[in-house]
This record gives sequence, C-alpha cells and structure tokens, in this order.
Amino acid sequence: MSMINYASREINCKLVYYGPGLGGKTTNLEHVYQKVAPDTRGKMVSLATETERTLFFDFLPVDLGTIRGFKTRFHLYTVPGQVYYNASRKLILKGVDGVVFVADSQIERTEANIESMQNLYDNMAEYGYDLTKIPFVVQYNKRDLPNAAPVAELQSQLNPGWPVDDPVRQKAAADPWHEGDYLVEEIDGMWIERAPYFESVAITGEGVFDTLRALAKTVLKTLS
Amino acid sequence: MPGAATWSLDESDYKRISAHLNALLKESNARCALLVDRAGQLLANVGEQMAFDPTAFASLTAADFSANDQLAKMIGEPEFASLFHQGEKESMYLADIARRVILVVLFDERTTVGMVRLRVKQTVSDLVTLFDEMFAREAPGAAAPTDRRGLLEGAEDEIDKLFGD
Repeated sequence: MSMINYASREINCKLVYYGPGLGGKTTNLEHVYQKVAPDTRGKMVSLATETERTLFFDFLPVDLGTIRGFKTRFHLYTVPGQVYYNASRKLILKGVDGVVFVADSQIERTEANIESMQNLYDNMAEYGYDLTKIPFVVQYNKRDLPNAAPVAELQSQLNPGWPVDDPVRQKAAADPWHEGDYLVEEIDGMWIERAPYFESVAITGEGVFDTLRALAKTVLKTLS
Repeated sequence: MPGAATWSLDESDYKRISAHLNALLKESNARCALLVDRAGQLLANVGEQMAFDPTAFASLTAADFSANDQLAKMIGEPEFASLFHQGEKESMYLADIARRVILVVLFDERTTVGMVRLRVKQTVSDLVTLFDEMFAREAPGAAAPTDRRGLLEGAEDEIDKLFGD
C-alpha cells in the first residue's frame, strides 16, 4: 500500500525481506545500511532477542531523493524467519509493496526454504494479496559455501513459475540479468512466468544491491 | 485484489487533518499528535517537535498496534480500539481510525489520561468521517489524481545511483 502524500509531497514504499531463519535477511539490511550514503538513510531499528535473532522485525528507511517533486522513500523490513514467530511475521506483510525472498542455498536448508516460501504464499493470501501479481524477487544467498545447492535445483524447488493466463502476456521475455534464461516462456505448451532471481553472499555484500535495485525499480513501475 | 491499494493524501486533506489535531492538542493540553497508517508510514505530525526519529517511531507504532490487535483476537475481542502506555513523565495514548490509521497522542503531567481520552473520542469521530471520504475517493473505479501518471519517470537512474555497489 504505497502512500502518496500530496501535502508533504512524499511517496513511501514498503519492501519486505522474507525467508527462513538464519538465511541472511538482516545481513542484507545491514549491508544496505553500511553502504548507502549516511544522509540518505534513517535510523535502523532492530527488534531482536539477546542472541541477535530477529524477534519482530528490522526496519531501515532509505531516501531515494526527489523524483518529479516527490520525496521518495523505501521502507525496508525483514521478518523473523523462525517458524515459531509466524504471528508477528504475518503482521509485517501488511501494506507491502514488494517482496524479496532470501533463500539459504545450503542443501541442508532445502526443507526450511520450501516451508518458508509456502508460508509466504499463505500469509499473503490471508491479506488478499497475490504474490504473482506484486513485485517479487528471489535471492539465493550464501553462494560462497561449499554445500550450496546448484541454482537450477533451487529454481525448480522455490521458483518453478506460475501459469500466465493472459494471452497478451503469453510471449517470451528474456531474463535481463541472466543470459539465456527467460522470465516468461512456453514449456510443454504452457506459458509460465518466474520471479527474477539473484545470487548473493550477503555477508560480503555481493548481490545485495542487485536484488534491491531490481525490486525497487519494479515497485516504482507499478506506481507510475 | 492483487496487492495492497495505493491511496493518496492531498493538500486540503492535510489541512483538515491538521486542524482536527491542533484542536485536540489545544483542548487536551497534550504535547503532540501523530497520524500513522497501518503499514507504518507517518501521515501527519503536529504540535511540539519531538527529539526522536519520527519514521522509526511510526513503524514501531504500527507494529505495536498490530501486535495488540492479535492479542485482542486471542482473548475474543474484535480489536483494542485504543491503547495507553504510561511512563514516569511522558505517556502516550493510541486510537484506531477507521481500521486504516492510528492516532498517537503524546502528553506529560500537564494533563491527565482521562482528559486526553475524552478529547480523543471527538477527534476519532471527526477523522473517521474524513478518512472514509478519502478512501472512497481512492476506491476501485474512482478516477486517479491526474498528476500521478508519469510521476516516476526517470526514477531508475536515481535507484542506480542510490543502490550502486
């Protein structure tokens, strides 16, 4: 629910980082916090336990600057990843404009990834939001680890695509970030669309801004 | 509905909201009043300028209200329409407006919670009427404000600049 305030000439967009526990959502936000110019970011708020596990959310506002006279700001949120915190996790999705799913690439986390993705679809549906119709990107994190699963395997598990029913949209669309890949394509006579994906090592910052840029642009496109 | 609806606040809405909030402050002797939407975005801030970061404050307010909503449901209440947090010197009173917006009033020992609560009731009723009108204007089928189109052309360069590695 982007809020366009014509009185104070502000546009605020809410972006949420979702995914299994210890997958790197907070690390993504911390990297953004460290790297953007200090005068463009606000205070980072973290509601975490004593062991630095996110209890409720992390929050970071980032100012994009003035676009056509409107001060534009992204509000970045993370959710608590642990299964146990579903009640509070769902609350953060209220009014969301775009979602990043941060998957943990390690083979051992396959089930946790799948469960969290299913949970995301369920929680969005409870608000009446359709994940296939809002800006959504998938990030495969921890690509540097030796036990990271191949991207193709992760894609088939977490981002297999959804059917494209609208005939107007049934045409091949190349993935601008991966040569030879498609975001919309026909497979066995059926048109499917996938969310854009990015590989990352959030702890070093690799891929963090690629992910955020892609999501932020899609969100602003839906507004204009 | 594919996603959450976008809505807007124009100059005249803001003036009317501010007038209601200023009247509330004057008559209750509270320090400041903020309006925050349920997604955690600050809509209006009148009265004394506080030392805290209003954006962080707004996101925590929405989280506070959402968490309490769930607690209400657990004990069989549809909602807690208002919340009161008491501090040693500073206190805050929060009230729901039309299930979409939260009114936050900060006050100190110059007034009482009873006085604030009493006066907030009037403001809530005034603001509910006002917001109902605003949301009706943004309902599906309603004409979008004309200058929103093409508003964000050129934004891509700004994103590249801000989020460059």
